[in-house]
Amino acid sequence: MADEQKPESSPEPVAGTPGDAKAIPPKPPAASPTSAAKPHAPKAPAVMATTPWESSLTELLKSHFGDSITEFSSYLGQNFLVVRPEAVNAVLEFLKLEADFDYLVDITAVDYPKRAERFDLIYILYSYSRNERIRVKTMIPDGYRPKSATSVHLGADWLEREVFDMFGIEFDGHPHMKRILLPDEWQGHPLRKDYSILDVDRRWVQENLGIEVGQ
Amino acid sequence: MAGSTFLDSSELVLNMGPQHPSTHGVLRVILKLDGEKVIGTECVIGYLHRGVEKIGENRTYVQFAPYVDRMDYVAAVSNGLGYCLAVEKLLSVEAPPRAQVTRVILTELNRIASHLLWLGTHALDIGAITPLFYTLREREEVLKIFEKYCGARLTTHAFRIGGLQYELYDGFEEDVAKFCDMFLPKVDEYEELLTDNRIWVERLKGVGILTAEQCKAYGVTGPVLRAAGVAWDLRKAQPYSGYEQYDFDIPIRQNGDTFDRYIVRMEEMRQSVRIIRQALERIEPGPIMAKVPKVIKPPVGEVYVSIEAPKGELGYFIVSDGSTQPYRVRVRPPSFVNLQALDQMCRGALVADVVAIIGTIDIVLGEVDR
Repeated sequence: MADEQKPESSPEPVAGTPGDAKAIPPKPPAASPTSAAKPHAPKAPAVMATTPWESSLTELLKSHFGDSITEFSSYLGQNFLVVRPEAVNAVLEFLKLEADFDYLVDITAVDYPKRAERFDLIYILYSYSRNERIRVKTMIPDGYRPKSATSVHLGADWLEREVFDMFGIEFDGHPHMKRILLPDEWQGHPLRKDYSILDVDRRWVQENLGIEVGQ
Repeated sequence: MAGSTFLDSSELVLNMGPQHPSTHGVLRVILKLDGEKVIGTECVIGYLHRGVEKIGENRTYVQFAPYVDRMDYVAAVSNGLGYCLAVEKLLSVEAPPRAQVTRVILTELNRIASHLLWLGTHALDIGAITPLFYTLREREEVLKIFEKYCGARLTTHAFRIGGLQYELYDGFEEDVAKFCDMFLPKVDEYEELLTDNRIWVERLKGVGILTAEQCKAYGVTGPVLRAAGVAWDLRKAQPYSGYEQYDFDIPIRQNGDTFDRYIVRMEEMRQSVRIIRQALERIEPGPIMAKVPKVIKPPVGEVYVSIEAPKGELGYFIVSDGSTQPYRVRVRPPSFVNLQALDQMCRGALVADVVAIIGTIDIVLGEVDR
C-alpha cells in the first residue's frame, strides 16, 4: 500500500501489508487460551487466541441453526459467533425475539484483501434485559450482497449505508442504498485496504491544480 | 392545477443548512413541509468527514490517540478515555488506581462542560439568549482546569494508553473542589431561568417525542434514551474505570420529549458533581502509568469497548494484527446513531420545532462525520 506511513519509531519493519497476519482462513476454533495472557511475548500468534464460548444461549442457537453457525468463541471475555452469510438475518431476528438482544449497537466491516472471503461483516448486539453484549460475525466475498438488517433493526439503516460507503458492500433490500458520509459522485471505497489516500490526492492535484504531486 | 388558487396548499421542500446557526455545525436537513408541518426529513451529512478510521489504520496506536479528540471536540476527554480503554483491553493492562480516579474526575468535568455547551446553544436556538453567557462562563472554569492540567482546553489528549502522561498539578484538588462548590448553585440558577419559564416550557413540552421502544429500535442511547424512561447508563450497566465504586443516580424521565431530555441533562450535571466529589476523596498517591511497553504491539485479536460519553454510548472496535498499527479502528459514534432518529422525531412537528429537536439530540458534527 503506497500510503502506509510506517512510523519512524517502529523498531522493525512490519512485513508486507497488515493483512498478512490475519489472512489465513478459516481460523481454528480455539488456539491456546493462555497466549492472551502474555501480550508482549516476542512472537505473538498469528491468529486470535480465542477460547470456546459455551452457555445456554449457544446451546439454544446450536439447536436452532445447526450448521449455519460455524463458531462460538470468546476473546478477552467478549463473546462472538460466526454465521454463514445467508443466515445472518435469521440469527439477528432470533436473537432479538427469543433472546432479547434488542439493541443493535453497530454494524461494521473489516477488509482482508488476500482472503477468498474478503470481508468480515460484524454486527454488535446488546441486550438491555441480560446486560450482555455479543458480536455476530460473517465472512463474505467481494461482490456478495448481504441481506439488509433494516427489517429487524430500524437503526441498521445508516450503519449499513456507512458500510456501503466505506467498503462497497451493498445490502439487499435496504430502503435507500447510497453513500452517506462521502459525496454521491465519489469514486472508490476508502476503508478497503487497496484504497490509497496518496493516489487519490495525486489524482486530485493533477486534475485540479495541474501539478504532478501534492505532497 | 385546474381551479386552484394561490391559497391552496401543496408540499414544499425546504433546505435547512448546512450553513445554518442552529444546525450546530454543518448539518443539512431537507424538510418536506405541508404548510408549516413537517411530513418528512432527510439528513445530508459528511461535510466534516476527515476519514478518522482510515487515519487510524495508518498511524500507530500511540499516534492515533490525539485524533480521537477531534471527533466529539466538546467532549474530547471522553473520546480519549474510550480509546485508551479499548487499547488497554487489547493489551490486557489496567490503569493504576490513581490514574483511574483522575480519569473519572476529568471525564465528569468534561461531561459538565459538554452539557453546558449543549444547554447554552439549545436555549439560544429557542430564543433564550441569556443562558449561553452563563453556561459559557462556568464552562470556562472547567476548561481552565484542563488547561492547567495538560495545557490544552478542548482537544486535551489528557490520557495515555495505560494511564496518564502528567501528574496532577499542585492545587488540582482545590481547583476542582472549588469548581464543584461554585457550580451546584449555578445549575439551580439555570433552572430558575428556564424550567418554569412559560415560553421555554411551551416550546419544549411534547416536542420531538421518542418513546423507549423507538429509542431501542434506532439504537439511540444517552440522555435521549433516559428521558424516555430507560434507566440505562453504561457507567452502571458495565462499569469501567472504577465507576462501580461511586454512589450516583441515573436520572430518568418518562415522556421522552424535549423538555424531559432537558431535565435529565440538568440532573446529570448534578450527579457528575456528586461523582467528582467522591473521586476527590479517593485520590491516593501511587503510580499513574501501568506497565506498558515502549512500542505498543497488541496481540492479534479484536475487541469492542464502549463508555458512556455525554451523548450516549461511544464505542471503539479495534482489530489488531499484532503490528504497531491497528488493522482496523471502528468508532461507534453516539451522535451519528442518535441523529438517525431525527426523522422520526420531526414528523408532524412544526418547522420551528425542528430547531429545538436538533438541539435536544445534542449532536456534534465532528463526531457524526468523523
